[in-house]
Amino acid sequence: MILLKLTWQSLWNRRTTLLLTILSIAISVSLVLGVEYIRKEARQSFMNTISDTDLVVGARSGPVQLLLYSVFRIGNATNNISWDSYQEIAQHKWVKWTVPLSLGDSHKGYRVLGTNTDYFTYYRYADKRELAFLEGKPFAGVYGAVLGAEVARKLGYQLGDKIVIAHGAGSTSFSEHKNKPFTVSGILKPTGTAVDRTVHVTLEGIEAIHIDWRAGTPIPGLEVSAEKAASMNLQPKVITAFLVGLKTRTAAFRLQREINEYKPEALLATIPGIALSELWRAIGQFEVVLRIITFFVLIAGLLGMLTTLLTTLNERRREMAILRAVGVPPSQVFFLFVLEAVIIAVLGGILGMLLLGVGILLSQPWIAETYGFYLRTWLPQTNDWLLLSVVVGLAALFSTLPAWIAYRRSLQDGLTVKI
Amino acid sequence: MNVIEFANLRYRWKGQQQDILNIAELQIRKGEHAFLRGESGSGKTTLLNLLAGILTPTSGHIRMLDNDFHAMKSSQRDRFRADHMGVIFQQFNLLPYLSIIDNVSLPCHFSKMRKERAGDIKATASRLLEHLKLDNEFQQRPVTELSVGQQQRVAVARALIGKPEIIIADEPTSALDTNTRNDFLSLLFDEAESQGSTILFVSHDPYIAERFPRVIELEEVNQR
Ligand SMILES: Nc1ncnc2c1ncn2[C@@H]1O[C@H](COP(=O)(O)OP(=O)(O)OP(=O)(O)O)[C@@H](O)[C@H]1O
Ligand SMILES: [Mg+2]
Repeated sequence: MILLKLTWQSLWNRRTTLLLTILSIAISVSLVLGVEYIRKEARQSFMNTISDTDLVVGARSGPVQLLLYSVFRIGNATNNISWDSYQEIAQHKWVKWTVPLSLGDSHKGYRVLGTNTDYFTYYRYADKRELAFLEGKPFAGVYGAVLGAEVARKLGYQLGDKIVIAHGAGSTSFSEHKNKPFTVSGILKPTGTAVDRTVHVTLEGIEAIHIDWRAGTPIPGLEVSAEKAASMNLQPKVITAFLVGLKTRTAAFRLQREINEYKPEALLATIPGIALSELWRAIGQFEVVLRIITFFVLIAGLLGMLTTLLTTLNERRREMAILRAVGVPPSQVFFLFVLEAVIIAVLGGILGMLLLGVGILLSQPWIAETYGFYLRTWLPQTNDWLLLSVVVGLAALFSTLPAWIAYRRSLQDGLTVKI
Repeated sequence: MNVIEFANLRYRWKGQQQDILNIAELQIRKGEHAFLRGESGSGKTTLLNLLAGILTPTSGHIRMLDNDFHAMKSSQRDRFRADHMGVIFQQFNLLPYLSIIDNVSLPCHFSKMRKERAGDIKATASRLLEHLKLDNEFQQRPVTELSVGQQQRVAVARALIGKPEIIIADEPTSALDTNTRNDFLSLLFDEAESQGSTILFVSHDPYIAERFPRVIELEEVNQR
């Protein structure tokens, strides 16, 4: 088609200016797509944190708070729950498995989680994926520790290394349980979840390091050695929360109600999927703002294109007169400008996609290193193509202004080549 | 046969008090190359725009090759212009981003008729250019490297390709010196004659008049 060829050659003739226009569109497109992608990835990774667990049970608070401290290791529990309540629910006829969680201590800024080996058997993340060991095995003795992938990598720990647990969650905690170090028995493979940032130890270990402590400080003059502590009764009296797997999924709501109405203690059971969505909806407000911002960036890019098109109008006046002379109808003069905008937008969009794809590819290692968050390679999805067509549509819409001016002029100018 | 016929043609620009053109009658026969002379601002270009079908008369009739422009839609007039008219401007005739050959071939892409008449477009364009003393070596150059006189000759080739019946030229020689102008006119005539196109040449320059079989003084035909 001759108009396409003419437009292309005309564009090529003005390539330096247009390259900048295309680049500005490319950058805004890659920004919009990139934000969308990272949002989706973050959501995915967020939703992936826990899977196949039917209920999370903790002391009565909000479901979101419960989920945050028990699964995401963010914030603290207001209260603990008693071992007896835990045992009672664990024995319930609908319950298939439970995993106790005991939180409150930390190691160099990473949360320490007291649990038992069932954690490694039953905990699932992403699409029902099991935790896998990079090296070693689950803890066996009282003072065994299993490190999340990030903890091991960042702190450079290996199997057999001894680590000391600090009291409290802060990284600047001064009181350390120095006399009872834990030995690394295993290191987990990366999961892209909070598990990577967790130091897993035995419930008994947690009990042992607190045996000579009271109210957050060591009891003066009552130091119990590690060996002695290990031989004492280490049955915990309280835990922070526990995960529940059911024999039949459908029982989740009924058991949830039973737990929430549990008389001896104020408990809260939450269905992780539901709480996750609720939590994400809360974060979603931020998403909307982000989307609006990127949308305006896109509009700015397109306005840049509009400016370029408008400034070229005058220098292209002759071009239009020549085309009119050889019989091009004014409607096609109009179309020529729209076509030009469409070409610019398509090129800009594709360049933007390339920029994004390459950008993510190049930043993957760095993001994984810094945020423990593995961005998958970006490939355009249906949505991205949809957005690209919206960009092209908007560009076409914007171009109707210069196109209209050119149309009017070509009717007026006729064969007069005005400058 | 009349190539161009005007009857009671009036044209007035929007917002003006007076007709710029008021021509009771004017005919130009086939092969009768006409020179239309008029002062600057007398309405020559306006007349050509009417002929080209870009402007429509305020009243009266224009017949071109026995087609009544009045009865045609603007898109049909665009089509008619593409098929039957070659246009040469005073200056800036060429698209800077096309090669010389592509500039010459341009009308063939908008008119099937001219494409068919041209046959092998590239060869025809090249031959026309050669006749206009722009040999192969010149044809390879970018248009921006041509002198004004050479550019005007390329414009002639473009106007002539596909043998349109009418060539309208709006002061194509005004930027040329006397010698170049004479050469230009000779080449234009030779080619137009050989393919049977009728030239309507518009200028305020009286020195060119003697080369034309017919001279029309716009002041005489225009009773405004
Ligand atoms: N687009 C327009 N709108 C309004 N008036 C116009 C327009 N174009 C030309 N005119 C007026 O019409 C008159 C004739 O203009 P035209 O361009 O036809 O003159 P011309 O004979 O070609 O002059 P020149 O020899 O300088 O090219 C002028 O007075 C001009 O001001
Ligand atoms: Mg004029």
